[in-house]
Amino acid sequence: MAFVSSGYNPATPMENRITDIGPRHFEEFYPPVIKANKGKWLYHEIIEPGVLVHVAESGDEIYTIRCGGARLMSGTLIREICDIADKHCDGYLRFTTRNNIEFMVDSKDKVEALKADLKDRKFAGGSFKFPIGGTGAGISNIVHTQGWIHCHTPATDASGTVKATMDEVFTDFQDMRLPAKLRIAMACCLNMCGAVHCSDIAILGYHRKPPMIDHEYLDKQCEIPLAIASCPTAAIKPAKHELPDGTKVNSLAINNERCMYCGNCYTMCPSLPISDTEGDGIVLMVGGKISNRINPPKFSKVVVAFIENEMPRWPTMTQVIRRMVEAYASDARKYERVGDWAERIGWERFFEKCEIEFTHHLIDDFRDHAYYTWRQTTQFKF
Amino acid sequence: MAKHETPLLDQLESGPWPSFVSDMKLEAEVRAKNEAGIEFQIPVDAVDDLLGVLELSYVHGRTHWKHGGIVGVFGYGGGVIGRYCDQPEMFPGVAHFHTVRVAQPAGKYYKADYLRQLMDIWQMRGSGMTNMHGSTGDIVFIGTRTEQLEEIFYELTHNLNTDLGGSGSNLRTPADCIGSSRCEFACYDTNGLCHFLTNLYQDELHRPAFPYKFKFKFDGCPNGCVASIARSDMSFIGTWKDDIRIDQEAVQAYIGGEIAPNGGAFKGRDWGAFDIQKEVIDLCPTECMWMEGKELKIDNKECNRCMHCINAMPRALRVGKDTGVSILVGAKAPILDGQQMGSLLAPFVEVNPEDDYAAVTEVIESIWDWWMEEGKNRERLGELIRRAGFQKMLEVTGIKADARHVSEPRCNPYIFWKEDEVPGGWERDVKEYRKHHKR
Repeated sequence: MAFVSSGYNPATPMENRITDIGPRHFEEFYPPVIKANKGKWLYHEIIEPGVLVHVAESGDEIYTIRCGGARLMSGTLIREICDIADKHCDGYLRFTTRNNIEFMVDSKDKVEALKADLKDRKFAGGSFKFPIGGTGAGISNIVHTQGWIHCHTPATDASGTVKATMDEVFTDFQDMRLPAKLRIAMACCLNMCGAVHCSDIAILGYHRKPPMIDHEYLDKQCEIPLAIASCPTAAIKPAKHELPDGTKVNSLAINNERCMYCGNCYTMCPSLPISDTEGDGIVLMVGGKISNRINPPKFSKVVVAFIENEMPRWPTMTQVIRRMVEAYASDARKYERVGDWAERIGWERFFEKCEIEFTHHLIDDFRDHAYYTWRQTTQFKF
Repeated sequence: MAKHETPLLDQLESGPWPSFVSDMKLEAEVRAKNEAGIEFQIPVDAVDDLLGVLELSYVHGRTHWKHGGIVGVFGYGGGVIGRYCDQPEMFPGVAHFHTVRVAQPAGKYYKADYLRQLMDIWQMRGSGMTNMHGSTGDIVFIGTRTEQLEEIFYELTHNLNTDLGGSGSNLRTPADCIGSSRCEFACYDTNGLCHFLTNLYQDELHRPAFPYKFKFKFDGCPNGCVASIARSDMSFIGTWKDDIRIDQEAVQAYIGGEIAPNGGAFKGRDWGAFDIQKEVIDLCPTECMWMEGKELKIDNKECNRCMHCINAMPRALRVGKDTGVSILVGAKAPILDGQQMGSLLAPFVEVNPEDDYAAVTEVIESIWDWWMEEGKNRERLGELIRRAGFQKMLEVTGIKADARHVSEPRCNPYIFWKEDEVPGGWERDVKEYRKHHKR
């Protein structure tokens, strides 16, 4: 493993340095039919799940085959994607915001061969490499975060919970039987590096224990004032601590009652580790949406306060998700998103229909957001 | 033969959905065989060890990645995130395993050759594992060592004409929906605006000078496919001011059942014949539509552009021609003070590439000036707006208050007046007062 220089010389780091050039220009990567018809698209149609056609004013057409993919992707798999694009699509492809891969062709004749090629490709373990779907009134790919694969604050794994969930709802990835689109999102801690707070169903990794304090190292590793200031509930204060050998060190004290386990202090100070096998797990949220269609965007609501991490397939979590999807599929009206359905039937009915127990943890008690969620009417259902 | 036993992860290889475990095993095998004769610059068994450390997390129910570490490329404060394993003896291949964020092209369009060139760099100088894409939108390279960072950056900039993305307290890599490149709903060229602003603000993107992260997202229409209204400090959502264009023949084709509603999105189930009254007119939130004989009528002045009718009948209805963006500000996830949706700041702003989008950049820069001055450490724009008040933001941006700024006027009359708004100001003479009011 000899070191190979790219041409960069650490002795003269400024020599020939190129900075701030930004991304490549998107037009280099437009398929020709896209370039020719940009801004002049007339309509689209979903021919079958995962297959779209867009028709331009000129009469030109572009057919898109959308495939699901794990967002964690190897270079070898990306090269395979490139080979498919070269073989069928003149080398052009794109990714969607929800981690799907889109292969585009400019004529209907090319669709069947591409579909057949994609369907045949499987991993050694048996799963599809490029399942076609993710369109219309169905479930698209799950946007998610890093989890245990690469993050320092997660309360659960992301890739694993997503794989388990997508296996469970796979038929709805490849079908469009639901009353409206249903979007699932996953974030492995409260930081939510994705918009799970506005998704139809959200899987959220959550800690339930206040951080530990590594007194021996805290003062050496951390800016104490920064750690104190990071706490949104003012639960942290400075404190002297006596180590077993009698040495007195500057450290912190935590008012555990006030901690909401957000992990912000850990981000500021690595001597406050928060993760815990029993403490960590999953929160499920429901009913959010982004679109302005019919009614305004909505936040997701917490419907299950805690499910423990059940590696490797999180069966309790996927079963609750399955129950919610089925109750929604059979009960909601056409065009009604999950949150709209829950509001129409009432949340008390939502819990009943989805067979989810309502617990005291679901009553908001965080700051002024809470008041607006308590019921101030006698209009409720028995 | 795998380097580590992974009995728990192996259970994630079955089932139809693409298995990231199978994919990682494939990459580990490709590296071990090295048929391409790559001169690996980080340990060959990095992906084996990545599987090993993930398996250990599945056993412990806890992450094994350490906190941060300051690494990066010369002159940049963002784009690279330090990452170290907390079990380096067990997994030396991933002892140092930093993330590199690479700026993605607008719309996430690619050509195979470019992706291969990226992989040439990454499979040689990193683990070969990526996120396509990270939640912010960048191409994410997972896992390399510090001494490779400048080499990767050199090759990206010199050979691939590509830059790093953003991380830390700076402008995060902007991201957009597909926009007018392939969507008939798009009210502007999201790719064009996203690319322009990404380049204009490279300094803000690479050198953290902000109180906290700052995100731009660009949605072509109120459907919001890139979720800008929920997750970006400044959200640019395409809209229009004039009338929805109607093709009455196509309306009849929907009624007659010749065209499937909603672009065929409901084909998986028999919902019965399309009923324009029930499915479109009665669901219109402003009740601004009706049929007059065979003609669909819209009172456009009352339309709030929710998109439902256009989504339901895309071949009959089109967005107007007088288009621009609505700018909303302050969205964020719950950390730290609770979730916030974007609040409407500018109902309509022109999107004009001819003058370098001057109307848009004017709003952006007035907001940054204020936030950089007043924002506390780790305070998102949305939190500052709540602390200082929406009126303050109108003041700093010079935007006039408008009923569109609220969902309803205030319920409490605790109105703060500025001294210069009240005739005579606040300084008064108590002696003069006492002439007519005894103690």
